[in-house]
Amino acid sequence: MNLLDLKAGAELPPLAIGPITRRSLALFAGASGDHQPVHIDLDAAHARGRPDVIAHGMLSMAYLGRYLDNLFPQERLKSFSARFAAVTPVLAEPVCRGRVETVENGEAILDLTVALGDGTVTVRGRAVVDLS
Amino acid sequence: MYVDRDMALALALEPIPVEVERGRLRLYAKAIGETNPVYTDVAAARAQGYPDLPAPPSFLGNAVELDIPEPLSWMSAVGIDITSTLHGEQSMVYHKMVFAGDSLLLARRIVDVYVKKAGTLEFVVKRTDVLRGNDLVAEAYCSIAVLHPEAGK
Repeated sequence: MNLLDLKAGAELPPLAIGPITRRSLALFAGASGDHQPVHIDLDAAHARGRPDVIAHGMLSMAYLGRYLDNLFPQERLKSFSARFAAVTPVLAEPVCRGRVETVENGEAILDLTVALGDGTVTVRGRAVVDLS
Repeated sequence: MYVDRDMALALALEPIPVEVERGRLRLYAKAIGETNPVYTDVAAARAQGYPDLPAPPSFLGNAVELDIPEPLSWMSAVGIDITSTLHGEQSMVYHKMVFAGDSLLLARRIVDVYVKKAGTLEFVVKRTDVLRGNDLVAEAYCSIAVLHPEAGK
């Protein structure tokens, strides 16, 4: 993608993530250092009254980061934020989407979402990209 | 019980030294399904003009500071029951990229405490300055939501 082509209102091509399996959560626990049982230990989840483990919020943010990295070189990313709006269950198949909100003063502001198949938005994010 | 704001803002948190390792970055890339070779292959990273494998954008969000023995002790230190928390928001401001081989120091402090939704949700914001030598390479802000369902009754 040519960054100079970014125009306010443009939709970026979506990125579909395959199902988040228990293996995904185990790998992310090890890689991220977040070993909280709620993400990886079904017995601990049951003991807390949860029907199952849930995905790490940061895993969804990591998918958004991957989405951005494959749109433009990472050094152009000036800031990146995520608000975790809903829980992501095991086997969810999230889709990352982005839209250019503004292009001003050599910077683009991107509106980002991660949504599940049923339409639930799990993450609302924002990124500032240096276009200069 | 709500967090004592003054106490939280004054709380001294030990800085954390971190060595960024290639193997860890490769595992992180595998975990998030990153197939761009820049993140796993040193030759591809160098061809891109990087000195070594880059740390991806979300890596600085929490990955580098959870490896201490009690990573969540900053929450218990201000009286938060970790089982009633959610990760509410995470944001990063990047000044320079981080690469495998970097020695970082993470300087942490609590920078905000506030309540919302008639007291049923309390937010505690921790700021982490990621330092490489004297350079501030990134700032990471982690906002933890503490649930207070009792306040809604």
